[in-house]
Amino acid sequence: MDNNNILEVKNLKKYFTLRSGFLFQKFTGSVKAVDGVSFHIKEGETFGLVGESGCGKSTTARVILRLTNPTSGCALYNGADLFKLSRKQMFKVRREIQVIFQDPYASLSPRMTIGDIVGEPLEIHGVGNKGYRRKKVKKLLKVVGLNPEHINRYPHEFSGGQRQRVGVARALALTPKLILCDEPVSALDVSVQAQILNLMSDLQKEFNLTYLFIAHDLSVVKHISNRIGVMYLGKIVEVADSWDLYKKPLHPYTRGLLSAIPIPDPELEKKRKRIILEGDVPSPINPPSGCRFHPRCPNAEEICSKEEPELKNYSKNGNEHLAACFFAGKSF
Amino acid sequence: MSFSENNKILEVKNLKTYFYTDGGIVKAVDGVSFDLKVGETLGIVGETGSGKSVTALSILKLIQQPIGKIVSGEIIFDGKNLLKMSKAELQNLRGNKISMIFQDPMTSLNPVYTISNQIMESITTHRKLNKKEAKKECLKLLEMVGIPEAKNRLGSYPYEFSGGMKQRVMIAMAIANSPSVLIADEPTTALDVTIQAQILELMNELKKKTKSSIIIITHDLGVVAKYAKRVMVMYAGKPVEFSVVDDIYYKPLHPYTIGLMGSIARLDKKQEERLTPIEGSPPSLIDLPKGCVFRKRCKFAVEECRKKYPQFVEIEENHWVACHRAGEFLDGSLSRI
Repeated sequence: MDNNNILEVKNLKKYFTLRSGFLFQKFTGSVKAVDGVSFHIKEGETFGLVGESGCGKSTTARVILRLTNPTSGCALYNGADLFKLSRKQMFKVRREIQVIFQDPYASLSPRMTIGDIVGEPLEIHGVGNKGYRRKKVKKLLKVVGLNPEHINRYPHEFSGGQRQRVGVARALALTPKLILCDEPVSALDVSVQAQILNLMSDLQKEFNLTYLFIAHDLSVVKHISNRIGVMYLGKIVEVADSWDLYKKPLHPYTRGLLSAIPIPDPELEKKRKRIILEGDVPSPINPPSGCRFHPRCPNAEEICSKEEPELKNYSKNGNEHLAACFFAGKSF
Repeated sequence: MSFSENNKILEVKNLKTYFYTDGGIVKAVDGVSFDLKVGETLGIVGETGSGKSVTALSILKLIQQPIGKIVSGEIIFDGKNLLKMSKAELQNLRGNKISMIFQDPMTSLNPVYTISNQIMESITTHRKLNKKEAKKECLKLLEMVGIPEAKNRLGSYPYEFSGGMKQRVMIAMAIANSPSVLIADEPTTALDVTIQAQILELMNELKKKTKSSIIIITHDLGVVAKYAKRVMVMYAGKPVEFSVVDDIYYKPLHPYTIGLMGSIARLDKKQEERLTPIEGSPPSLIDLPKGCVFRKRCKFAVEECRKKYPQFVEIEENHWVACHRAGEFLDGSLSRI
C-alpha cells in the first residue's frame, strides 16, 4: 500500500458484551458492532462510510478516537498505532484528529457561549493567551460563515445550520489534519445541508484536510467523498471510488441500497428498475452464518450461508474496487 | 359515496391554523389551498416548520386546543365542510373515511396493548363486527401489509417488532376501514432506506388495490418524484408552488423551489458539480418579514417583494405559484441560475 495513508485501520473489532444477573453477572453474549473492519484513508481525500442504522459506522469512528476501547485490531495514524499510545501521547495526537458530531443541538453545551465552545480546544491544549485565543475564535467564526460579533451568544440563539457551523469551527480550532464527521448533516434541512456540505469542501481545500465522512444517506456521501466504504452488520462489504460505486456496484447489498434511494427526477425514476431488499437487518448479537447478507440477498446460493466471502480487489483499471461477495467477479 | 364536482374528493380552501403562544402568534399554516382527486397521490414538500404536518393535522381537526386554532378556511370532503361538523360526525370520519399514518412508528403505537388489539380497535369502532370476525379481519390486514407469519404475531407487542414492521402495523391500522383518503405524514423518515423502499412500494400497491387517494407529506424530493402525481411546495406556512410533478422538477417557477432543486446532493450527479444552496435559514413564524416571506433568502428579490406578499395564482393551466417574478421565469426572460 502507498505511503501517503494518513489513517490505516486494520481488522478493527469492537464487541459490546452482554451480561445478565445482578451480583454474579453472567456473560451471555456480545454485540458484534464492528467485526473486522479494514480501510485506509489517503491524505487530503474524503473517505465516506455508509450503512444503515446499527451497521457499526459510528462505533468505528468512536473507536478510532478512542472514545471507547477496541476489542482488537489497530488503527495506524501516520504509521503509529493509536491504540498503543499512552494517555499523554494520545493527548498530543488529538490535536490532529478532530470530530464533528451529528446533532448540533446536543453536541454544544447550552451553558457556554459559542466563543467558549470554539475556544475550549485551544484552552485545553494551552494555545496562546486569552487575548490571542479570542482573536483566533473570531477568525474561526468568520471562516465558517458566522458573524464574529456573535461570539458572546449562546447556542439556543442559533438555527440548526448555524450551530453545525459552530461545531465545524470547534473542530477546526486546533488546525487538525484529519476530521471524523459523524453524520454532520443528517439533522439539517436540505437547503441548509447544501450550505454545510459546500462549507466543508471549501475548508478541505483551504486547510488541506482529510475527512472520514460517516452518513446513512448515500447521495450525500457520494457527493462529498472520493472513495466510499459500504458497511453492513459490522463489516465492510464494498470499497470503491465513489463514481465507480454508483456506476458498477459489485455487492448485491450496495445494489439494493443504491436502488432504494429515489432520485429527485420524475422521468428518470419512471425508467429505473428497483431492487427491493426483503426483510430487516438481522441482529448483530447473533449474525447469520457465512455471508451476513445472505438471508436478504436476491442472488444468494448455497455457499453463501456456509462460508464467509473475503474482501477482494476486482478492479482491472488500477483504481481499487474491493467487494466481499462470492459472485462479485461475475457481475463485474 | 358520491363525489362532488369533477372527482375531487377533498378540497382545502384558504386554510389558516395559528398557534397562540407566549411568544406571540405562530402562523403555522397561513392560507393553504389545494384539492385532491380520486385515486391520485399528492405530495406536500417543505422543510422543518413549513407547516406541512399542521396542514395534515388540520384536515382531521387534530389541532391541540386551545393553543392552536383553525382560524379560517374550509375543508370540503364529500361535499361537506369538515370544520363545521359535530364531534360525533368527525369521529365517524377519522380512521374510517380519512385516516392517517404518522411519522414515528416507535411512538405512535401504544406499548401496553398487543398489535391485534390496536388494529381491532380501529375496526370495531367503525364496523359492527364481533370479536371473532374482527380478529379475522385483523389477520387479513396483517397479511396484506406483509407481516410474515401474521397468525403468530397477533398477540405480539409493539416492542417485539422492528421499525419497518411497526410502520406496517400502522399502515394496516390506517387501511383497516378502506378509507378514501390516506394522509401519510413523513411515513418513512424514521426508517432506513432499504426499509423505506419496502414501505413506499407497499403503500403504492395498496393504493392501486383499494383505489384510495394519498396525501404524502415529506421533505424528501426523491420520494415525491417517484410516487406523487402533483406536488405542493410549502414555505413558512404558505404554499409557494403547486403543480404536476414534472413542472415542479423541470421548470420550477418559484425561487424557493429552484433553490431546493439546486440543494439536493443527487446520486446520479458527478461529484465535481457544486451544490447551489439557498443562503440563510427559514424565518421565525412569529415574526415573519413584511412582503414575501422568502425575500430575505431570495436572490431574485426586487423592490416589489418587500412591499406586498405575492398572490398564489394559476399562472398556466394547473400550475400555481406565489411569486412576483414567476412570469419572467415562465417566458424565459429571467434565468433560473
